[in-house]
Amino acid sequence: MDIKTQLEELKAKALGELAAGGDGASLEAWRVRYLGKKSQLTEILRSLAGLSIEERKEVGALSNTLKIELDAAFKIAEETLLARAASSADAKDTIDISLPGRPFPRGHLHPVCQALGEISSIFTAMGFQVLEGPEVEWDYYNFDMLNMPKEHPARAATDTFWLDAPPNDAGWKMLLRTHTSPMQVRTMEKNRPPIRIVVPGIVHRYEATDATHLSMFSQIEGLAVDEGISMADLKGTLHEFARRFFGTDRRVRFRCDFFPYVEPGAEMAVECGVCRGDGCRLCGGSGWIEVLGAGMVHPNVLEGVGIDSKKYSGFAFGMGIERIPLLRAGVEDIRLFYGNDLRFLRQF
Amino acid sequence: MKCSLKWLRQYVDISLPPSDLAKLITAAGTEVAHVEVIGGWDNVFVGQIAVIEPHPNADRLRLATVNLGAENVTVVCGAPNLVIGDKIAFARAGANLLDGHTGEKIKLKPSKIRGVLSEGMVCSEMELGLSRSHEGILVLPPDAPLGARLADYMGDVIFDLEVTPNRPDMLSVLGIAHETAALTGAAVREPNLDFIPAGRSIDESISVEITDAQLCPRYCAGIVTGVKIGESPRWLKDALTASGVRSINNVVDITNFVMLEFGQPLHAFDYDHISRSKIIVRLANDGETMTTLDGVERKLTAETLIIADPDRPIAIAGVMGGATSEVTQGTTAVLIESANFKPSSVHNTQVRLKMPSEASARFERSIRAELALPALRRAVQLMIEVCGGKAAEGLIDRYPGRKDAAAVLLTTSEVKRILGLDVPPAQIEKTLVSLGCKVARVSENSFEVIPPYWRSDLRLNADFIEDIARVMGYQSIPDTLLSGAIPHQEPNPMLGLRLNMRQVLAGFGFQEVITYALTDRPTLEKGMNSPLSPEPLHIEHPMSSEQECLRTSLRGNVLAALAANIRREEGAIFLFETGHVYLPKPGDLPVEPEMLCGVLTSTGSEKVWRGRKEPVDFFDTKGAVEGLMAALGVGVNFVESQDPGLRLGRQAAVIAENKFQMGVLGQLHPRVTQAFDLPDNTCLFEINADVLLPLATGTMHYEPLPKFPAVMRDLAVIVGEGTSHSQIVRIINGFSLVKKAVLFDVYSGKQVAAGNKSLAYSLTFQSADHTLTDTEVDKVLSAILKKLADELGATLRS
Repeated sequence: MDIKTQLEELKAKALGELAAGGDGASLEAWRVRYLGKKSQLTEILRSLAGLSIEERKEVGALSNTLKIELDAAFKIAEETLLARAASSADAKDTIDISLPGRPFPRGHLHPVCQALGEISSIFTAMGFQVLEGPEVEWDYYNFDMLNMPKEHPARAATDTFWLDAPPNDAGWKMLLRTHTSPMQVRTMEKNRPPIRIVVPGIVHRYEATDATHLSMFSQIEGLAVDEGISMADLKGTLHEFARRFFGTDRRVRFRCDFFPYVEPGAEMAVECGVCRGDGCRLCGGSGWIEVLGAGMVHPNVLEGVGIDSKKYSGFAFGMGIERIPLLRAGVEDIRLFYGNDLRFLRQF
Repeated sequence: MKCSLKWLRQYVDISLPPSDLAKLITAAGTEVAHVEVIGGWDNVFVGQIAVIEPHPNADRLRLATVNLGAENVTVVCGAPNLVIGDKIAFARAGANLLDGHTGEKIKLKPSKIRGVLSEGMVCSEMELGLSRSHEGILVLPPDAPLGARLADYMGDVIFDLEVTPNRPDMLSVLGIAHETAALTGAAVREPNLDFIPAGRSIDESISVEITDAQLCPRYCAGIVTGVKIGESPRWLKDALTASGVRSINNVVDITNFVMLEFGQPLHAFDYDHISRSKIIVRLANDGETMTTLDGVERKLTAETLIIADPDRPIAIAGVMGGATSEVTQGTTAVLIESANFKPSSVHNTQVRLKMPSEASARFERSIRAELALPALRRAVQLMIEVCGGKAAEGLIDRYPGRKDAAAVLLTTSEVKRILGLDVPPAQIEKTLVSLGCKVARVSENSFEVIPPYWRSDLRLNADFIEDIARVMGYQSIPDTLLSGAIPHQEPNPMLGLRLNMRQVLAGFGFQEVITYALTDRPTLEKGMNSPLSPEPLHIEHPMSSEQECLRTSLRGNVLAALAANIRREEGAIFLFETGHVYLPKPGDLPVEPEMLCGVLTSTGSEKVWRGRKEPVDFFDTKGAVEGLMAALGVGVNFVESQDPGLRLGRQAAVIAENKFQMGVLGQLHPRVTQAFDLPDNTCLFEINADVLLPLATGTMHYEPLPKFPAVMRDLAVIVGEGTSHSQIVRIINGFSLVKKAVLFDVYSGKQVAAGNKSLAYSLTFQSADHTLTDTEVDKVLSAILKKLADELGATLRS
């Protein structure tokens, strides 16, 4: 049998087998048989050695054509097989894809911690360092050094948990800090300007707990002191914070307010996210939501820690954290944050 | 402070709508919390009773003809106090009123009462929403303009101001008028304080002695004789009502009126009950007593500043008057006190006696001593006018603590430095003048400023700068970002560690909780199952017994949170908290280590398809800690421990780098699960993050990837029950070619002899310098077996 005939027969046989169909395994066996390293086609090509140049050319061209044909036929068969396997109509083992997936446990960070983290990172990006301070404090840091000497009306108005502990040698009394502001003083005692810090943390107020008040809550404090820091920097920095945290389209409003450790003092409100300023239940009809208290560091506070208030100036701010998720998500009862009911916490 | 718009308008012209004025005052620092509109009485008019006739069909009803000026109408009326000639409030059909019985809002409809058509209604105070009084109809003053809309005649707007501690002036209508004037560019009309004295010289009637000028910097007094005590006129009552103050009698009402007007508390004594014509302002003697106006006998202490006559105390300075010198119906001569007391003294007394008052609220905010005299003049003037008395010639004015407000030097550059805004000198001057300051130009760009006598909060440059800014409005200050160099930052690694721990645990399925730092001893004790040591720090005056002390452990609170949740759902619950505990330190603030506490429990099997089936146990807990530590890059091992809160034999200490004990984990002691009503299998881990911190450095160790293939072999050995996995693994790992030994089965039962167990390991052998041959691996495997047999008596499980 001449080689041409052999090739013809090989072609007929191979294509015939392929047309007969089969599964993935038989297709792979077919590929090895006809296209593999030890295939009949390879053997035929190997036997070319004994032929004349003319014959070699002719048979070589013929066998190449055959190889291309078989390759193409194989690819078509492979595609057909894949398409058939993938079409679910054919498959015997269909599944109810509406069944739930195997559960992966998912924990949640506490919403207050989430908000604190987010706020801290915004200020970090503006060059503020995150610091933390003691939750049990001396009245010296919590009040005296913040321009609230004993019997100052503002100090008297701040309801305080005093601890049943003797005063220290300097006569300082122990309390649960009523704000994160003592860290302003602690930081300025140890560092000279420029200073840029934020202080997140737990604070306590001697206040009956109700839907809008907690005896324990979280605050974040900010302080920037340097030469040439002005109220315009305060406004710009806090406005920038509000843009990043609440969204670039929310308006902010500053009004005068009083805190003993700042002068001028300010309060910042953000346009209500629900009604966008029209007034609704969440914002009490005002269209604005009070977010933080702020102001220029009082000269007495700067002088108290030995910073020359004629040369340096600075701003400080403080905000309650529970209000933020409260306001963002419309939570009506602030007590939920520390009630630790999983049905609540899992929503954040 | 409640302030009536009508009253305010007596001193300053206001063209703004009330809500806009409220916004302006709020923006300038005093929040107007509420604006109450009194009135809104459409279709209610001032009328006069012209004729009263009996009702033809009812004995208790009458027919009244009401003259409305332009017309007469007839109404059916049941009120007992109907008098011909009285001016009354007449409501036509369509008027919005409150129901006289239920207080609900109603719209008046024309109706027939017992067969007679009533064209409207003569209103009671309650129906107009003025008070709860429905005794009879409201009788208006005779000069009420006939036919006028009642809203024009009687309507008002009440601003409710939340006054900050620095602004006692905003506790006065005049102060609010000054504020309004500055904010709106209007001018203030101060009240006329003139009066004509007609009595004898005051010095013949009274002498005043101040023992301590610090406690009482100023004491002014006036005497009015021949007063007739009685009811106050309508305007006076209305003014007090608008501010929420109850009317008592004309003399007392005048002192309250002037307090509301000027912000200066006054006190009226019955002059005839002051012994020996002498007033002494002094500290009380310890144990001295007096009965105050409210009829309570008060025990005084040596810190209480009192007003006394030579015989006894007659008032507690700035807080409350005494009963013996009270103004009563029989009073004919009144001594009016207008004094200034030290704020902290008044505050302490008020707190000690639990008697906060309108007066003490003003003294505590440190009102100016300059107010005393004008307020006194005003009171004397009104007492002559209202109570028909004669004023003594002259006024007492003892002023030993006189301190005139110092002038402050203010420069435009300082204003610019603090506000970041260039304010032209002329505007600075104009603004400060509008606030009542005296401003003198020192140079083109500097001023000497003296605050007005009613402001006690303007002392420093910054105070005046705030006033400039708030009058201009904070919106006029630009927004700029900080332009200075960013300061050096010290690393704060605890922040990173805490965040890592929290994220890893949340990834494992733990829910983060935050519990209260304040707790009670029983919860702490139950959580730790041991007596408290150290004794926690206690709150001096706890709000409740559940919050009596600071936690020394997180366990109790976290377990309580777990217990609350397990009652609400079945399945597995994992919680954790990171937070401080507070360990007392003598003579200093407590140490506040950062702790991590995780709890795991399960009830039933999770009712979720393909959910977790096995109950939570020790190995879940250990796995969580191992996983956490692996994520933090901290090598740990576990040794037997004896924590009283955990079950003996089912707990382990967590040791880092073979030497630092940083925590403990295990199944809860049965007494703890019982105390918190938790399932028996509840487990806990507790890590001291302060110990962990220096170890969790995040430093990574790199090991080159293996160049030669690994060989895997399984090895199952039978050992005695008492032999531990760690003993076996330590021996296996002692062979250098062993790369890894992973336990995949633990078995004890029928197929091994009693008292024995089988442990199966999957071993990975690998060499760093050549490809291992089967013979080589077999040799090591038998060496391992031999060593296990020699040291642990292990046999190969076949």
